[in-house]
Amino acid sequence: MSQIKIKVEHINPFVTSTIETFRKMVGLEAKPGKLIIKQGNADDYDISGIIGISGGAKGMVSLSFPKETAIKVTNKFIGASSADVTDDTIDAIGELANIVAGYAKKGLGEFNITISLPSVITGSNHRIKEPKDVFSFIVPFETELGGFHLAVSLKSVE
Amino acid sequence: MGQTIKVEHITPFIDATIKTFALMVYSEAKPGKVGLIASAGARFDVSGIIGLSGKAQGTVALSFPRITALKVCSAFVGARVLALDDIATDAIGELANIIAGAAKGELSRYQIQISLPTVILGDDHELAGPKHIVPMVVPFQCAQGNFNLVVRFKSES
Amino acid sequence: MKILLVDDSNTMRRIEKNTLEKMGYTDIQEAVDGADAISKLTAGGFELVLMDWNMPNMTGIEALKVIKANPATKGVPVIMVTSESEKTRIMEAIQAGAANYVVKPFQAETLQEKISAVTKKAA
Repeated sequence: MSQIKIKVEHINPFVTSTIETFRKMVGLEAKPGKLIIKQGNADDYDISGIIGISGGAKGMVSLSFPKETAIKVTNKFIGASSADVTDDTIDAIGELANIVAGYAKKGLGEFNITISLPSVITGSNHRIKEPKDVFSFIVPFETELGGFHLAVSLKSVE
Repeated sequence: MGQTIKVEHITPFIDATIKTFALMVYSEAKPGKVGLIASAGARFDVSGIIGLSGKAQGTVALSFPRITALKVCSAFVGARVLALDDIATDAIGELANIIAGAAKGELSRYQIQISLPTVILGDDHELAGPKHIVPMVVPFQCAQGNFNLVVRFKSES
Repeated sequence: MKILLVDDSNTMRRIEKNTLEKMGYTDIQEAVDGADAISKLTAGGFELVLMDWNMPNMTGIEALKVIKANPATKGVPVIMVTSESEKTRIMEAIQAGAANYVVKPFQAETLQEKISAVTKKAA
């Protein structure tokens, strides 16, 4: 199998998947901002859902939120009215990342990717670092409940 | 709950951790008792995470207190690592990668593929997963301090 | 109508339950994997199953095949609710006897429509 070079186009399935997942399942319009090529300076987040990617391309995809946004998005997603981060928030953020990664697979058919279970990180101002030699980018999203970041790192496997 | 925990799922990761630390960190990593905790409440400063997929899905993570991470990285890269910089995060990611890669071979019936490592930096962060997957937590002790190995595993059979 | 929700994810079961309750269904039970679903189904009385695909112990597709092979349960319509969006997977489920198929992410209305279509046909 010849190696397919990772390009900015390969982010599109993740962006589309994020928009669709938020629109259909959370009932929120998530508007993507300008794509940022990540250059080591990771942002600080409060809660992140991370999925490992393997198969014909390796990497990871994450959704990262400030605490308040994560709580509000979860409440809308699962029909709850929690005032704080609970087990339900963690489960819901993991499930959102899972659906986004699962649906993006379809748009990356050429790589035949497989996805891991979600990991959910909670902790004020944590940072997510990818390996240095990998194509990494962030897409900031805005919703009426606040903003969040989609981050994708991808490397094709020879 | 639905998921049954199998010793055979955690043993390859414990063995790989011991071997990797012995060969590459020059440190004897002693595993403590395997714990099953519904919400892995332990808080750490640095974590290296690898996603597992194939005929099973999962995650494997190594979590360290800051000081232990710096000492482990120093021993691993053979130079004094004084801050959680790119060298340190790369080293932690690589350790997780080596351990997951070594364990993968022992779990060949699941045809596991591993993702790239992701490293989390954040004082007192907590690493959780889906509610329905009970994590297998192994506390380790080594000359550089303590760390946790956490494996979440979901297999179809 | 008695409905069985089968998904290992707590969040997904909760979302599906919300949708069903909005449709007026209240007799809802939950199962966490294929094996759990089969043991609950054989107890009887269910008229609809919403089934995830990728679950531990026994997957949704395996459970579907078991349900359709058992004369006592084969009449119960099963809607697959899953991230598996490839055509071959959808065909596999339909051939195994799935009454309908919903791909995640889905809109609550889409799930409602498929449930209505399936229950109308069954009635």
